[in-house]
Amino acid sequence: MIKTLAKSIREYKTPSILSPIFVSLEVVLECLMPLVIMEFIAKISPTGVNSAEAVEMRTILVYGGILVGMAVLSLAFGMLSGRFAARACAGFAKNLRKDMYYAIQDYSFANIDKFSTSSLVTRQTTDVTNVQMAYMMLIRVAIRCPLMLIFSLAMAFTVNVTISWVFLALVPVLAAVLVVIIFKTHPIFERVFHKYDNMNRSVREDIKGIRVVKSFVREDFEKKKFEAASEDVCKDFTLAERIMAVSGPVMQFCIWLSFLLIFLLAAIITSNNLKAGIAVGDAVVGEEQLTVLIMYASQILSAVMQLSMVLVMIIIARTSGERIVAVLNEKSSIVSPENAVKEVKDGDIVFENVSFKYSKDAERFALEGVDLHIRSGETIGILGGTGASKSTLVNLIPRLYDTTEGAVYVGGVNVKDYDLEALRNKVAMVLQKNVLFSGTIKDNLRWGKEDATDDEMLRVCKLACADDFIQAFPDKYDTYIEQGGTNVSGGQKQRLCIARALLKDPKVLILDDSTSAVDTRTDAMIRKSFRDEIPNVTKIIIAQRVSSVQDADKIIVMDGGRIDAIGTHEELLASNEIYKEVYYSQNKIGAAAEGGESNA
Amino acid sequence: MRKTSEAALPMQGMKRPKIHTFKLLGRLLSYLFHYYKGRLIAVFICIAVTAAAGISSSVFLTLVIDKVITPLSKLAGQDFNAIEDTLAGLRADLFAIIGAMGGMYVVALCASFFYNQTMAIVTQGFLRRVRDDMFADMQSLPIRYFDTHTHGDIMSVYTNDTDALRQLISMSIPQVFYSIIAAVTLFVIMLLYSLWLMFVVFAGVALMAIVAKFVGSRSAKYFIKQQVVIGKTEGYIEEMMGGQKVIKVFCHEERAKEDFDKINDELCDASDKANAYGNILMPAIMNIGHFAFVLVAIVAGLLVLLGARNLSVTGWGAFSGAIIASFLNMSRQFSLNIGQVSMQINSVVMGLAGAGRIFELLDEKPETDDGYVTLVNANIAEDGTITESAERTGKWAWRHPHHADGSVTYTELKGDIRLFDVDFGYVPEKIVLHNVSIYAKPGQKIAFVGATGAGKTTITNLLNRFYDIADGKIRYDGININKIKKADLRRSMGIVLQDTNLFTGTIMENIRYGKLDATDEECIEAAKLANAHDFITRLPEGYNTVLRHEASNLSQGQRQLISIARAAVADPPVMILDEATSSIDTRTEALVQRGMDALMQGRTVFVIAHRLSTIQNSDAIMVLDHGRIIERGSHDQLIAQKGVYYQLYTGAFELE
Repeated sequence: MIKTLAKSIREYKTPSILSPIFVSLEVVLECLMPLVIMEFIAKISPTGVNSAEAVEMRTILVYGGILVGMAVLSLAFGMLSGRFAARACAGFAKNLRKDMYYAIQDYSFANIDKFSTSSLVTRQTTDVTNVQMAYMMLIRVAIRCPLMLIFSLAMAFTVNVTISWVFLALVPVLAAVLVVIIFKTHPIFERVFHKYDNMNRSVREDIKGIRVVKSFVREDFEKKKFEAASEDVCKDFTLAERIMAVSGPVMQFCIWLSFLLIFLLAAIITSNNLKAGIAVGDAVVGEEQLTVLIMYASQILSAVMQLSMVLVMIIIARTSGERIVAVLNEKSSIVSPENAVKEVKDGDIVFENVSFKYSKDAERFALEGVDLHIRSGETIGILGGTGASKSTLVNLIPRLYDTTEGAVYVGGVNVKDYDLEALRNKVAMVLQKNVLFSGTIKDNLRWGKEDATDDEMLRVCKLACADDFIQAFPDKYDTYIEQGGTNVSGGQKQRLCIARALLKDPKVLILDDSTSAVDTRTDAMIRKSFRDEIPNVTKIIIAQRVSSVQDADKIIVMDGGRIDAIGTHEELLASNEIYKEVYYSQNKIGAAAEGGESNA
Repeated sequence: MRKTSEAALPMQGMKRPKIHTFKLLGRLLSYLFHYYKGRLIAVFICIAVTAAAGISSSVFLTLVIDKVITPLSKLAGQDFNAIEDTLAGLRADLFAIIGAMGGMYVVALCASFFYNQTMAIVTQGFLRRVRDDMFADMQSLPIRYFDTHTHGDIMSVYTNDTDALRQLISMSIPQVFYSIIAAVTLFVIMLLYSLWLMFVVFAGVALMAIVAKFVGSRSAKYFIKQQVVIGKTEGYIEEMMGGQKVIKVFCHEERAKEDFDKINDELCDASDKANAYGNILMPAIMNIGHFAFVLVAIVAGLLVLLGARNLSVTGWGAFSGAIIASFLNMSRQFSLNIGQVSMQINSVVMGLAGAGRIFELLDEKPETDDGYVTLVNANIAEDGTITESAERTGKWAWRHPHHADGSVTYTELKGDIRLFDVDFGYVPEKIVLHNVSIYAKPGQKIAFVGATGAGKTTITNLLNRFYDIADGKIRYDGININKIKKADLRRSMGIVLQDTNLFTGTIMENIRYGKLDATDEECIEAAKLANAHDFITRLPEGYNTVLRHEASNLSQGQRQLISIARAAVADPPVMILDEATSSIDTRTEALVQRGMDALMQGRTVFVIAHRLSTIQNSDAIMVLDHGRIIERGSHDQLIAQKGVYYQLYTGAFELE
């Protein structure tokens, strides 16, 4: 995992290395400073060993100068390390997002299906932020604390060996307690985050379904449900926080105990030294030493404390890291072959004994034993209920998925031999769940052809019967489409999507239930313009309405992943049960007038 | 899409409240104290004790040196065996000091343990109460609130803002309180030690405050900017991930990468700046502490050199080494505490902003209900007299108390709904319904047809009083609906929407939502009526199948059938079906339609549908256009009229 993530550091290696270097220098200074201060205090103490007459202006200025210099340097190093750390981790996060996003761009449909949209979004946002924070901790605090610990200890030993043993004894005690706390709380936190999600879901469902809640007068019911979830969260969080809250007093206990021991030992050592007749200068553990040792005590123990925080951060980030790596390591299941064919000759399509399932482990084939020949320029209608695998069938033509068995040929060449871009540019597909992107109508149309002229756009929009309503907008082709295309109606959206696909100048045009929200009259006009204007393009139309496919050259009736029948409208009406049933159910009750299926 | 797009309500979003810091803090604290007065006072006392103990080490340092070490060092060179008495005295002094110190620490540790534990309980308990209060208040808000705020904005009050509040309460408030107590105490003690040196410390603190303000405000500025760019990036990533399949189909990958790089670089830049300032704050504050420390040392040295006499609050005295050492230690602690406070600035600002939005939600005006006519179980005698019944009788009546003479009359609940010249606008300036009159007799089926935005859903919003009419009258069984208690009014109307809005839970629980005390048999009966029983029993877990992720494990048609069963179990005399079958394919629809037909039997029904096939057999069809009824009549009448309905029916018009 670390290795995969580390690859994304790249151009930010320099700041990633500089930051810990400056942190180390800062730590060295911070640890040396108390020593110099000790000397300084010793020099100026009137009652110290060097009595008042020894205090000179020069000494003060020299020591003061040294200390100020050290503080300036320490400040500079600290700021530099902070600066570089910010750059390193912002850049690392940027590269992580970029690598994930690029990887996803190369995903095939099968890869995309594996992750849900929302999880892909979370991985590129929240998870990256978590890793970014952990990385910052790693290159600053995780370097700083152990160094601080070691240097401070070493310095403490130069000041007073006996007393320093106190620190050495207390560090493992504190560390042990903190580690226990972390491992005790971690599973609780994991659990409670899950419950937290439950609680938030309860809110989300209530907000979304507020009309239902109010209609059924279920406010109290929902309130009780929420309060139960809320209390559940509260209980676990309280437990976890209470365990965490032990660390504060334990830390204080260690610090205070060290103070007590320092004072006690200082007195005893002084007394013993004097008893042994050691000269006063070396014998007395004076105020300067005590001051310094107290400083080191705080530094050492707070280093341990901060280190434990780094540990927590890394534990939290570990899950995020794993989720990121899963995206990065996902290999696209469909790539262009070497020496790929770049030219699609015509819109002739052949399915040769094709079977397909969405995953290797799936028990059921989504598509089974399909043999089919569609001639270039034909118009083909496909009809069938939900789950009949209509979309699955057409998805195989631009190689959005690979067949499990059998092969699909376009223009006489196996789709697996084409360069993907060449194939998909010539096989234009209007997806069932289609999306317009935020931007002007022109921006959206240019997806089909980047350098499309205004005339070209006008032409395809007329073909798709979209020009009329576009002209009615005040800003016409420069009308801004909101994210998700929420400011145009379902039927308008579908027609824009068709126009966008037409701009590709395809050899094969596939409409996957793409006129369901368009009224029947416009639907008929679109089909007429297809017939008149692009006669050589193979047109495959999946529809719910019989009227949409009635006049096709051939109609394919699908049922449960198989082709049930192929024929013209008249043939099928005479011989096919499913077709008959659908036809009569729609015509008896005036399906001709269906305004649309959905405006969602 | 939410149905209310029809209403074209202005989306206000959550207005960023102006933060009146102290007002907000005061309100938050009084809210906290309201629930945890006793505990919080105890906590503050304990924090004060802990802070005092933390500072006392400096005092004890002076004591140890003055009373033990210095006397000891004066004994240098003497025969220690000969002065056993002096030594014993010193030893007693030492133990007294250590004992006092230890005793103090033990007390402080207990206090610290107590306040840390209590704060954990108080924080989480308080957050729970806040959440519960918010949820209860939110549910009582009128539909208008939900139509004018995005779901994401409301959600973020529960998530982001509550999180920010947690930080503030559990970390910042105790920390700031501790630091203030410590700083004030240190200040007083330092005054006792030396006034001269105190001035130096002041200078340091002033400098610290200036730097903290400078760096802190920049850091806050860039953190806010980062937050904005993060939102933007998230929005972009969300849009792209949602359209990933379209990107693939159009071979648009390279362009998508270019666009992403631009926005990603922007985020990197914002994050870099924000963190840079954030990272600088800590070393800056710490090193200013060092400067102050050094400065104190230099000044102290100079004073000693010049032989100046020390001035403290208690008067003039000589400088002792102990004074200087302790003072240095205290000045360090003092600046550390000031530093701690400034480190909390960010989380205090963010926490208060969160609290502001929480209060904003709590301050929203709840739905008002002046209704006094209630729905009661009733016995209806053959001569038509109605008496109230405590048990469920299957018959309902409106209980109508009359204020004037204190009498009570009963009216049978039949489902007769009439609208007379109703005008309505979501905002007063823009009337969206004009002169709408509809007479629905019990058992009739009334359909609404019209383009998006014509006002179909708006009419149903008025029937159950999600919104109140601007002008005109609505009568329910002859009673003004404003006089009916909202809960009872809504209970008498079932509703099936295009968005099924099922809840996480089993299918059985979801059906039972319509009538909480329904038995399993009643629920199954309702499912049968709605044609849902078949598919439910074919699921591996049957009625115990758990619906998750907005019931994505079921097809749209199946979800719709469950929502119909949910309405069926409630068995209301009036039903509203708003595009209930619109997102179902035509084959499935036939199945759902049969369920609906069974459900509609004997009820007054209001239907909105795009598919004219669903409404053909209505008693009356209202064709709406821009908030006016332009045609009305039965299917045959309207076809004969050859008007708009006829054009829609023959496909000459697009219904969007």
